[in-house]
Amino acid sequence: MAVLTAAGRRAAEGAGRGGRTTRGGGKRATRVPPVVLAFVLLPLLAEGFFVFWPALQGFYLSLTKWDGISAPQFIGLGNYREMIHDTVFHTAMLDTVLWLALFGGLSALLGLGAALLLQQERRGVGFYRAALFLPVVFSLTATALVWQAMYQPDGLINKTMSGLGLGSLTHPWLADQDTALYAVIVPALWRQVGYVMVLYLAGLKGIDPALYEAAKVDGATRWQQFRHITLPQLRSVNAVVLSVIIIDSLRSFDVVWALTRGGPYHSSELLSTYMYSAAFQSLRLGYGSALAVVIFVLAFGVIASYLIRAFKEAD
Amino acid sequence: MSVTDTTSGTAADQGARPPAPRRSPRPARRFWGTVAFHTGAGLLSLLWLVPIAVVLITATRSFDDVASHGLGSLPHSFTLGGFRQAWVDGGQQQALINSLLVSIPTVLLSLLLASMAAFALSRYDMPFRRALLLLMLSGNLLPPQILLIPVDKLSEKLGIYDSLYALIGVQVGFGVGFYVFVLHGFMRAIPPEIQQAAVIDGAGPWQIYTRVIMPLARPALAALTALAFTWIFNDLLWAITVLRSEDKMPITASLLGLQGQYVSQWNVIAAGSVIAAAPTVAVFLRFQRHFVAGLNLGAVK
Repeated sequence: MAVLTAAGRRAAEGAGRGGRTTRGGGKRATRVPPVVLAFVLLPLLAEGFFVFWPALQGFYLSLTKWDGISAPQFIGLGNYREMIHDTVFHTAMLDTVLWLALFGGLSALLGLGAALLLQQERRGVGFYRAALFLPVVFSLTATALVWQAMYQPDGLINKTMSGLGLGSLTHPWLADQDTALYAVIVPALWRQVGYVMVLYLAGLKGIDPALYEAAKVDGATRWQQFRHITLPQLRSVNAVVLSVIIIDSLRSFDVVWALTRGGPYHSSELLSTYMYSAAFQSLRLGYGSALAVVIFVLAFGVIASYLIRAFKEAD
Repeated sequence: MSVTDTTSGTAADQGARPPAPRRSPRPARRFWGTVAFHTGAGLLSLLWLVPIAVVLITATRSFDDVASHGLGSLPHSFTLGGFRQAWVDGGQQQALINSLLVSIPTVLLSLLLASMAAFALSRYDMPFRRALLLLMLSGNLLPPQILLIPVDKLSEKLGIYDSLYALIGVQVGFGVGFYVFVLHGFMRAIPPEIQQAAVIDGAGPWQIYTRVIMPLARPALAALTALAFTWIFNDLLWAITVLRSEDKMPITASLLGLQGQYVSQWNVIAAGSVIAAAPTVAVFLRFQRHFVAGLNLGAVK
């Protein structure tokens, strides 16, 4: 397919040149019209101005001490050295890893589970899919407020627990250091599962039904079919889901910010929230930049593998 | 799908053992299968819909009702006062206008720029084609945190700090790479013969772009429009980074303001959340197909 299009285009250009009989008709002189060049340069400039140039500055600023008013003062790796002894940074790092594992792992598992359940074209399945997908379109801020109401001492969660005779377990979920992080993960999951489900539904649809028929003829059980057909066939979707999840986890900010601001006592602090408060509340712009670089480093592996995959796909 | 499943199932069974004695249990088994499916899927959906129902109900209760009976109780009142308070006193009207003033131009501008780049990269033999494409995509994959401080200072220097232009600019710059990548994939699949015919008719690049490729790319553009609108409309981080004044904040940030201003007035906060979610839900319900297609178009994302 890729080869075909490339060859086809070359033929098309050949025809175009022949038709217009402008310049000498050199075999491979793929001349790109200046307008077309401008088509690429304009967006590239916009991105360069608002993304690449600031990103480079961000890396530089991580090597400085800066309050945002006087000039930044170069201190080498001082900010990174400070992180080693910064207990809040340690908490934020640990919470980010926990977030990756729990938010990431559970949204992948639940998303796959939901997709397996709802892949069958039965009556009413559209409603169920829509129900799981609906939260995906909410902003994380609105999601957070929805769940904040659920978590209130007199809210539905505690009320239901008392009703079930679990009154001893009722809790100020967001105000307790031991539960705050988990209480914030739940809304994030609630919103993410539908998204992952949609990705898996598309993946499952792409599996050739003949594979299952062959397996059935061979007497394979449901589990064997799942293990030896579904999972291997979903490999490329898994890769997509994995990168989406890691990138989304490291970006997670809104839901934590809206629910706990990283508290109480930094117990639900993520690197992203710590970076924001260090930079814009404590006005330690150099240290904040260094925290952002840490986030970048954590994301780098995923970004690189994603780009390599995209590179192969872009023929 | 279910049709092929059942037929293949019976075919396999017929091969394995005589069909006659299995006749009677089959429909019953299918019946219980259906019951189990709807029970499982129904409970799951219920779990997902309960928080939404709670917010919708809370938004229509009166403050006194919530205060005396508790948030988790059944409603004893019905009023739209919470909506009025959030809309007028809570500043949600202005916030919603701000959100639309940012989202709509951003979507249009991003997709215009992205479609131009995607057109050039997919339909011409640009030098460094792939490298340019990936460079643009990579910008979108960066964690935004690395950009926050420099963009904050950049907008100050440009004199657009605390203005909606700053927000539009950064949203366009940050999003465009992803849209280019998706549109490139789509435009690349358009058969070359179509463009070839246009070239023979003497069409220049501009005409090919506007008259040939853009109309053909409409499904992808529709999908990305629905998707981009929700992303930009739902953004919080960029808004609170480049904006300061309350009256310029979009709806997400104003929701946080509402949360601080109306502490424990849950009917107002719930009403505010409903207002903030309504536009994207409307887009989703209206363009559901495009929306889901968009998520899968960007499947590499």
